[in-house]
Amino acid sequence: MRFVCFTLMPYRPLDMAERHKHRSAWVVLPNELYDPEKGANEYESYIDHLVSAEALGFDVVAVNEHHQTAYGLMPAPNLIASALIQRTKRVKIAVLGRALPLVNNPITIAEEFAMLDTLSRGRMIAGFVRGIGTEYHATGLNPVFSHDRFHDAHDLIVQAWTRPGPFEFESENYNFRYVNLWPRPYQRPHPPIWIPSQGSAETIDWAAHPTRKYPFLVTFSAHDLVARYLNAYRDRAHEYGYEASGDQLGWAVPIYVADTDARARAEAKAGIESLFNEFLNNPWQMLLPPGYTSLGSTKRMMKMRAALGTRPKHQSIDTLMESGTALIGSPKTVIEKIEKMREVTGFQNLVSMLQFGVLPDELAKRNIEMFASEVMPRLRG
Amino acid sequence: MWTMEQHRFRGLGIRSQRAGGGQPMLFLHGAAGLPLWSPFFEALSKRYGLQVPEHPGFGASDAPAWIRSVPDMSMYYLDVLDQLDLHDVHLIGHSLGGWIAAELAVRNCSRLASLTLIAPAGTRVKGVPSGDNFIWDPEESIRNLFHDQRFADRILSHTETDEEADLALNSRFMTARLGWEPRWVDPALKNWLHRIQVPTLVLWGENDKLLPKSYASTWQDNIADSRAAFIPECGHLPQVEKPAVTASHILDFLEGK
Repeated sequence: MRFVCFTLMPYRPLDMAERHKHRSAWVVLPNELYDPEKGANEYESYIDHLVSAEALGFDVVAVNEHHQTAYGLMPAPNLIASALIQRTKRVKIAVLGRALPLVNNPITIAEEFAMLDTLSRGRMIAGFVRGIGTEYHATGLNPVFSHDRFHDAHDLIVQAWTRPGPFEFESENYNFRYVNLWPRPYQRPHPPIWIPSQGSAETIDWAAHPTRKYPFLVTFSAHDLVARYLNAYRDRAHEYGYEASGDQLGWAVPIYVADTDARARAEAKAGIESLFNEFLNNPWQMLLPPGYTSLGSTKRMMKMRAALGTRPKHQSIDTLMESGTALIGSPKTVIEKIEKMREVTGFQNLVSMLQFGVLPDELAKRNIEMFASEVMPRLRG
Repeated sequence: MWTMEQHRFRGLGIRSQRAGGGQPMLFLHGAAGLPLWSPFFEALSKRYGLQVPEHPGFGASDAPAWIRSVPDMSMYYLDVLDQLDLHDVHLIGHSLGGWIAAELAVRNCSRLASLTLIAPAGTRVKGVPSGDNFIWDPEESIRNLFHDQRFADRILSHTETDEEADLALNSRFMTARLGWEPRWVDPALKNWLHRIQVPTLVLWGENDKLLPKSYASTWQDNIADSRAAFIPECGHLPQVEKPAVTASHILDFLEGK
């Protein structure tokens, strides 16, 4: 199993009473609630956390991109990746991912990854995403064109990495007379591409296609859904005429371990509940702007929502543990849950989020150390 | 009496409501999609041959990939006018439909007799933001359309059928396609408004929370033969909230009063 240490870099000093006066911790949350001094401390803590993962034996450290939100302080994740390159030697560095449709010139994404890949002498993993719905409010980009822009930008970036330049690129959404990267990526043919996703059928189809076979990561979902999506990828690969390997399947999940189940639950509670209820929770119209998902998927989701009621429910730590959305407990408990997912899906990439929500540095440090010493070795075999 | 017709314009299946006879009048609807037949349309169709088509991509009309913007939509409606071979058309547009009508008129006025813009999108006044009906929640989005909240109450008390919800979602997708970015505006449009060479009436509800009434000045300042009128105690849908007043403004304008 390959272990990835991932953090969102949430802004923990957030005044939650103020947060509740706004519909979301994204886009509309006034940035007067952000303090630059505290922000500097947050970056320092999180970078230390990720750097420590190398010595603890993780295979990959990972960051990601979100805009205008206290949920994650990484509008430009490549800047963090660049800092990590300077402070690590061996570990791979994954940006999970860059939101391709949000930029008007995807060549800059190809260029930045090529630079990072060179600076790290081939340690980069390039995640490609569309960004969640709120990013389309934050950037003003039209969500209706998100899918098409993603595909065009992907084609452009891969060609920029692999085709001899200069060449001309023509598509509906992006047109460039000259594409000619200096530098080219260090890895041949290019850094591995991973696809983090909430599990839409369109994404699974596309990522599993034999011309791509991109590793697919399911993020923040209940255990059963994760298993269903990973197996959907396997099934799709099978229909395409090949067997998906475990390396193509990943699970991104918040994890907290302590000596006992009770202690883990007590220590993780504030962190995990703040992640899902304060930082991540968004009203429907912000999460799913029109066109962000296909008409068919949106209609299905609307019917589900009508059945569930419109108001988002508070998610308690117990609900999150029962559904397997978060893995919290003793090393034994957590190992069992990961083993169970591995039995059902054969997945090999575990993207562990060991700091989440308001979880403080001290607990995050204990968590990552215990996970590395008590959980990882038992799953490597 | 009005009838619902099914047309094919430039290869697309389009629903359209029609009533009355005589000089042609075309009403282009706003973001909510094909409007219900109403006292407002009744008043207009007593004097004119009124057609209210459903835009491509809205409700049950076909959704083509090649209409990506309001300028595309306006070119489509120029094709429609050609196909129907209409002359001396009184063109009326509300909100998004007003924007389409204006883009059409700057391109080609030759089939038009007049232009009426009711709370049109398409221009802005810098420093005066429009409301954001993409970030408002569903109830806010309805409430912010009206001055008199009884209209909102009536809409909110209605439970949509699955079919209505599906058609509304089609309209919402097409609305986002046309109006999301830049939000409700074509920055270049105001540079071409001088090309509108037919008499133009701009109508605005005094209490419009979506598109502020101060936007009326951009239209008035740039269209030579134009006038504006404001309707008191009225939100973004004057033809729904004040149908008689709105219709009489239009009829007076068309009859030169």
